[in-house]
Amino acid sequence: MVTIPFIWIMGDLLWNGWDQLSFSFVFSAPQNAGREGGIGPILISTLLIVGVCMGTAVPMGLGTALFLSEYTRHDHVLGRLIRGSLDVLAGVPSIVFGLFGNALFCQILGLGFSILSGGLTLACMVLPILIRTVEESFHAISQEQRLSAAALGLSKTTTIRRILLPAALPGLLVGIILGLGRAVAETAALIFTSGYVARMPESLMDSGRSLAVHIYDLAMNVAGGNPHAYATALVLVGLVFIINVSSSWIASRWTSCNRLSA
Amino acid sequence: MDIMQPTFRINPEPGKPAGLRPWVPYPSDELCCEPVTHIRAKNLSIAYQDHQALRNVTLEINRGCITALVGPSGCGKTSFLMSLNRLTDLIPGCQVSGNLHMNELDILAPTTDLLQLRRAVGMIFQKPTVFPFSIRKNLELPLREHGTHHRTVLHSAMENVLQQVGLWHEVKDRLDHPAQALSGGQQQRLCLARALVLSPDLLLLDEPCSALDPLSSGIVEDLIVSLRGHVTIMIVTHNLAQARRIADHIAFFWSFEGSGTLVEYGPAQAIFENPIHELTGAYISGTRG
Repeated sequence: MVTIPFIWIMGDLLWNGWDQLSFSFVFSAPQNAGREGGIGPILISTLLIVGVCMGTAVPMGLGTALFLSEYTRHDHVLGRLIRGSLDVLAGVPSIVFGLFGNALFCQILGLGFSILSGGLTLACMVLPILIRTVEESFHAISQEQRLSAAALGLSKTTTIRRILLPAALPGLLVGIILGLGRAVAETAALIFTSGYVARMPESLMDSGRSLAVHIYDLAMNVAGGNPHAYATALVLVGLVFIINVSSSWIASRWTSCNRLSA
Repeated sequence: MDIMQPTFRINPEPGKPAGLRPWVPYPSDELCCEPVTHIRAKNLSIAYQDHQALRNVTLEINRGCITALVGPSGCGKTSFLMSLNRLTDLIPGCQVSGNLHMNELDILAPTTDLLQLRRAVGMIFQKPTVFPFSIRKNLELPLREHGTHHRTVLHSAMENVLQQVGLWHEVKDRLDHPAQALSGGQQQRLCLARALVLSPDLLLLDEPCSALDPLSSGIVEDLIVSLRGHVTIMIVTHNLAQARRIADHIAFFWSFEGSGTLVEYGPAQAIFENPIHELTGAYISGTRG
């Protein structure tokens, strides 16, 4: 049953979008509001936005997850507070994040409609799911590993760096994949924060249109934009697919190297 | 007899910590080459939040001997072991009170350097706890942590301990393979090697053979015996036959109203053949516990 929508969507995308897809479509600039030309700058903007997002979210997420699992007791008030708010945040609709990002990053911090604002907004959105996934993978490591590390006189830093982090890496990768998937396909949160200028961005302070925003724009606002919307969607799905495959490949390589028990 | 009071075969001076009676003519006493006190516990109590796990344990353990801690589950034997390298610090809500000395070192003092203490006190757990990387890295990590970085020194230390635990010929061609690919018995021996690589003075073994098959269990047991005289060994075991085979001294624990305490302590042969406390006798003969 679940494969039917998948096959339907993929079939529809391939049927309508495959003809439009070409090397020049992927790398050239859009013309005539996207009806002609390609998606080069949009692809670059998307990668930049996602890069800013993950560059911020991964260190913060890892740090928070470490703090929650290794430096606070499970029933501690602070930990409970953080976990509770993360669970609420994970369920907040993305448009609310968009408005929040617009208020905080674009206006209060004065970053305007920019790739930086968009990336940071996405980071806020991705953080809850990232933190919870990574924290779970720290919890999955048996307590005996920590005790035996301590019994050998290993410092906490060494234990975390050499034993816990490598063991939690597959979990971190899963968190990153989930986060990336959410970030790369995000529309609502980006319209208000990174804007929809389709030019090639010159810096992180420029406004940039992401692939998902481009699809939305072509499909809703541009008459005759549907063929390119399909093609862009195909690129986006391809991108998500590549991310998934490559990270599970990294994860499986890592696990076979280390033979981590689940 | 008041069962709340631990009885000792020996209490030369009432009020002073009960130690081993030096004049006891038990042959097992002679197995300890040096009757020198290594560990001294006095009124040691351990509590988890509001639950008293161990109450008023007082005993002295000789250097180089194998002391087996026996008794039913939940009478504080593992807690006692874990207080010796202060792993109890890692358990939320765990409080240790009383006196605990290793030679002159006050183990429970807040100023005690834990990393150095744990370097001198090795510990093996019930299940093998190899780290999820190669055999070589498992042995090098503790050495590097304690300041050895020279490649040849690391390698010879590794070879030495692997020889000592009889693993060298089994793994010398796959030192860079994941340690978790080893069998359970090999993993436990690797854990022992990893503890020995730091040349500990005291080795704490928490049921090291209980998760192993009889063959591996025998190998590990022989290994423990081979360390007698070199390292002070304290082993928790539920296998009384094993305790009888390897231990020089037996500390018998029992749980009264949920909190454990030391009931009887003395040379192994005496405990097995002529226990003073009725509970000890019942436990050893299998009618209790």
